[in-house]
Amino acid sequence: MHYSLRNTNNMIGIVNYGAGNIFSLTAALDRVGLLYGMINEEQDFHRYDHIIIPGVGHAGAAMQKLKESGLVDHIVALKKPVLGICVGMQLLTAYSEEGNANLLDLIPLNTLHFDQRIEGKVPHMGWNSISPSGDSPLFHNIPDGSYVYFVHSYFIESDPVFSAAQCHYGIDFSAAIQRDNFFGVQFHPEKSGKVGEQLLLNFAKL
Amino acid sequence: MLAKRIIPCLDVKDGRTVKGVNFVDLRDAGDPVELAWQYSQQGADELVFLDITATHEKRKTTIELVKAVARQVNIPFTIGGGINELRDAEILLNAGADKISINSAAVRRPELINELASAFGRQFVVIAVDTRYVDGGNFVHLRGGRDKTEIDTATWIREAEDRGAGEILLTSMDHDGTKNGFDNGFLKTINDQIHIPLIASGGAGSVQHFVDTFQQANVDAALAASVFHYGEILIPNLKRVLYEEGIVVR
Repeated sequence: MHYSLRNTNNMIGIVNYGAGNIFSLTAALDRVGLLYGMINEEQDFHRYDHIIIPGVGHAGAAMQKLKESGLVDHIVALKKPVLGICVGMQLLTAYSEEGNANLLDLIPLNTLHFDQRIEGKVPHMGWNSISPSGDSPLFHNIPDGSYVYFVHSYFIESDPVFSAAQCHYGIDFSAAIQRDNFFGVQFHPEKSGKVGEQLLLNFAKL
Repeated sequence: MLAKRIIPCLDVKDGRTVKGVNFVDLRDAGDPVELAWQYSQQGADELVFLDITATHEKRKTTIELVKAVARQVNIPFTIGGGINELRDAEILLNAGADKISINSAAVRRPELINELASAFGRQFVVIAVDTRYVDGGNFVHLRGGRDKTEIDTATWIREAEDRGAGEILLTSMDHDGTKNGFDNGFLKTINDQIHIPLIASGGAGSVQHFVDTFQQANVDAALAASVFHYGEILIPNLKRVLYEEGIVVR
């Protein structure tokens, strides 16, 4: 294969399980000069030393597609750095109210609906400021108060242990989560200007 | 805090921007990709491209444009114009568009909103509404404000939200092109009735007009074209004034 001839250092594998369009993500990786390829089956994992789980749309439906891809057992056993984006992040949690779905449970938090819990408009759409929690390597060179782009109706609860960055929209929630080698961001780094590009570079250096 | 958004709008025909642009350092003022990149560097929060290409065949140029923008620009963007069915929207999504904007196609067949929202999520679906004040009421207009319908604007916007719209782009045709400010009275009336983001459009002529629409109508975003294209308002300057006025901006 094309990629097997290359040094795999800093090659990012994108889990290609059919939950949403990934053109914007690959475009962002191209802009910052990161190499990537697609993970379609288990045998593809070994080519990459960083893994991204993208995702837009419905968390329950995304979990179903991930199960159908046959990649779940391999993902939960990964020791490489893994970054879930948006719904890909929510999949790392235990449970989502969206579709009343049990998820990967890699990080013991719940994904909840904004409706009934806040008075603001839903979806939470636009640029909001985040507060990284001190020592997360994902937010190296990203100052407190940086703005990133969010589009979501469900949020992951804020947690003193597992939140890597906080955001506030009527309620405090996790803009990013982290446990061991598993990371997730609720916002879209591929659409978050220079801050988002910095985050992708930070992830690739883990 | 969620920031108020500033959105330049670019009219595109056959892959080229229509209105003249006179940024000093633009190599090609007609190149929408370069213009979009320039706006993103200036601090625009989002971009809207209105494709006024007439023929189906030339839509291919638009798809290439969408891909080029998605490759080079690191902020979200919306494509509007000529989207009549699910397939049109899907092609744009796969080319990297973050949202699509539909106007007359939704008025002709409102079920399209439900179909788009369930296929791609409501965050993908912006409903653009052109309104004009006639005989004591605001009515939805089509074809750039030329054709009046019998549809009450507020009723239509509430219906669009119920059907799955993720955002409303409301253009006052009475204010559009006047540079006398946004229609803040009507924008507030609408904003008080909906629970999805509202983008103000039509009438921007000065920095103060943006301050006014955020303070008086509490809209989520404000869109303008010519004041940005002709360099009459520079986005960094606009953002600085908004910040000084206590409005949350990025």
